[in-house]
Amino acid sequence: MTKAPLLEAVSVSKDFAVGTRFSARGKQIVHAVDGVSLAIMPGETLGLVGESGCGKSTLGRCMVRLYDISSGTLRFDGKDITKHSMRQMRPLRKELQVVFQDPYASLNPRRRVRDLIAEPLRVHTKLNEKQIGERVAQLLSLVGLQADHALRFPHEFSGGQRQRIGIARAIALEPKLIVLDEPVSALDVSVQAQIVNLLADLQERLHLTYVFIAHDLSVVRQVSTRIAVMYLGSIVELGNAEDIFIKPAHPYTQALISAVPVPDVTKQGSGRRIILSGDVPSPINPPAGCRFHPRCPIAQERCKIERPALLQTNDKRSVACHFPLNK
Amino acid sequence: MLEVRDLRVSFSSEQGLMRAIDGVSFTVGEGEILGLVGESGSGKTVSLLAVMGLINDPNAVIEGSIKFKGRELVGMPNAEMRKLRGREIAMIFQDPMTALTPVYTIGWQIAEQILQHQNISKSAARQKAIDLLAEVNIPNPADAIDRYPHQLSGGMRQRAVIAMALSCNPSLLVADEPTTALDVTVQAQILDLVRKLQRNHKSAVVFITHDMGVIAEIADRVMVMYGGRIVERGLRNELFLNPKHPYTKALLDSIPPLEGEKPKRLRAISGSPPSLLNRPTGCCFGPRCVFRFDACSAQPELGKLEHSAACFLEGAR
Ligand SMILES: Nc1ncnc2c1ncn2[C@@H]1O[C@H](COP(=O)(O)OP(=O)(O)OP(=O)(O)O)[C@@H](O)[C@H]1O
Ligand SMILES: Nc1ncnc2c1ncn2[C@@H]1O[C@H](COP(=O)(O)OP(=O)(O)OP(=O)(O)O)[C@@H](O)[C@H]1O
Ligand code: SF4
Ligand code: SF4
Ligand SMILES: [Mg+2]
Ligand SMILES: [Mg+2]
Repeated sequence: MTKAPLLEAVSVSKDFAVGTRFSARGKQIVHAVDGVSLAIMPGETLGLVGESGCGKSTLGRCMVRLYDISSGTLRFDGKDITKHSMRQMRPLRKELQVVFQDPYASLNPRRRVRDLIAEPLRVHTKLNEKQIGERVAQLLSLVGLQADHALRFPHEFSGGQRQRIGIARAIALEPKLIVLDEPVSALDVSVQAQIVNLLADLQERLHLTYVFIAHDLSVVRQVSTRIAVMYLGSIVELGNAEDIFIKPAHPYTQALISAVPVPDVTKQGSGRRIILSGDVPSPINPPAGCRFHPRCPIAQERCKIERPALLQTNDKRSVACHFPLNK
Repeated sequence: MLEVRDLRVSFSSEQGLMRAIDGVSFTVGEGEILGLVGESGSGKTVSLLAVMGLINDPNAVIEGSIKFKGRELVGMPNAEMRKLRGREIAMIFQDPMTALTPVYTIGWQIAEQILQHQNISKSAARQKAIDLLAEVNIPNPADAIDRYPHQLSGGMRQRAVIAMALSCNPSLLVADEPTTALDVTVQAQILDLVRKLQRNHKSAVVFITHDMGVIAEIADRVMVMYGGRIVERGLRNELFLNPKHPYTKALLDSIPPLEGEKPKRLRAISGSPPSLLNRPTGCCFGPRCVFRFDACSAQPELGKLEHSAACFLEGAR
């Protein structure tokens, strides 16, 4: 691939301060994203997976500069946007969209669906009201909602319907990059299939690029070109989607794939699941050495001391582990 | 334990009466896990909110009967219902933020819940809250307890809500998509917790999820909803291996495979679900059903069999 990346993150970190002066330990720092480097190629879908709380949403928000990053560099379309102010970001907002994980919290409860979807069109385009009305109707039907939904308020919708409102808003401006944070998790598998197909169609037609965050690994496998696996703020494995599923190289990836519940009643309790023991570490004081070592089934002495870097093992795969599997 | 008969919920709106739940009946026994799946918007959440007495929308009309341990819940005074909730019946909400208040720390909120139902000291309640957070695998629970909901990841918030629901060992647990925001390893642990509750306390559990893998793993019986009605019910294995309703079949066909060849497109069901404002006459799945025939212009009901579908196809009922 000689194409230039659409979005490039170089050693991006994001810290949060938590706790109050009233709490037992005073203020503390959460290292939510810790030195992530990634290049997202135009037209691809990068699947982002990993344990709950490992920093996926935070990384996604950093990428589109909804958060200021604590250190590192972000380039979009070749331009350094690391330090862009809100005003400088404004023209780019049209190109960089997010579908939020929490559909209810991200929709203004006092506005009708019609206005929620029309809002980005009003801010960023010169369409007149009639054209906006037509576009909203078209977007509603694209995401599988009905015309009579336009006048309703968010609380009148089911979880999955709200999620589709969020998707309609994000694709309204036909952006270049969309960060989809759990976009189909509240949908039944049939609507999920519709949305996954829709996202694929839009991608082909408009050459969109997606960052797709999800816990459902069978969906991630279906949509992703490449997959990045995160653990405790860092990427531990990166590679072609298909390859990672067939031959995970990082022990955490392997455990993750083994734990997927399969919709096949004849295969229950066959003991294929790798149970991770040990406490889930905290991003406030991550373990020394390899951050996965307290839970890793094949950890050795070296893993407790030396932190493995994310290294390329072959031309398509990078792994952060001293003893990768299937070598 | 729980017996729901001919439940109907409608919302009146500017555009007319929306019938969200259109005659739903089911039972859940002691120590049983009932899985509830179905179309997004088919009424899963609304029917269980009705069971919890938590439909606060002034435009809502609730009809039918909901009996919990023999007591009628429809029309029960609010104060009495509140006593029942949290002590005997608990719900894990689909959207964790509806159960959490943004202005208090999660520890305060969990402790408050415990104090309402147990006669223990504040510090004991706080310790119990820490233990509960540890049980749902929140890292560093002693720290996490002092955080506000927005300072937690989506999955951590969900686990805080699960901890709250489990705090009183309810005899009926209603779980609405409790594991969707969780990665598969944490999900497996939560499913274990639910099973533990069911085994140790003989609790009945109603479990809503879109994840067919989770249903295959945890449910004893399964109910499938479409358009405000139950279209199929049966023991888990029978329903998965021999689905009778065309909607259930189509649903199972839409699951993306985890192994083997990746399909170019997923199999979705064409068409859209019925509008609640004017439901189709006859079978509500009719407009999208590939098997539709003459008889389908009447409304099919579930049959008497343990495994039964509301469909006129031969052998379905
Ligand atoms: N605004 C914030 N203030 C303080 N800490 C935060 C904030 N947002 C996130 N965090 C912390 O940063 C870490 C990463 O959170 P993030 O939401 O990115 O996780 P995630 O991978 O998206 O998890 P999930 O799958 O559960 O949504 C968590 O430990 C979380 O508690
Ligand atoms: N307060 C309300 N006013 C009007 N309509 C409502 C209200 N609450 C729910 N509805 C409608 O009732 C129907 C059933 O909603 P419900 O939330 O039960 O769906 P669900 O099966 O839980 O879907 P999902 O899987 O997407 O969460 C939906 O069509 C929804 O739009
Ligand atoms: S570096 Fe060691 S502890 Fe870390 S994943 Fe590899 S083997 Fe396990
Ligand atoms: S009753 Fe008729 S239309 Fe309805 S699901 Fe059965 S075959 Fe299809
Ligand atoms: Mg998240
Ligand atoms: Mg719901």
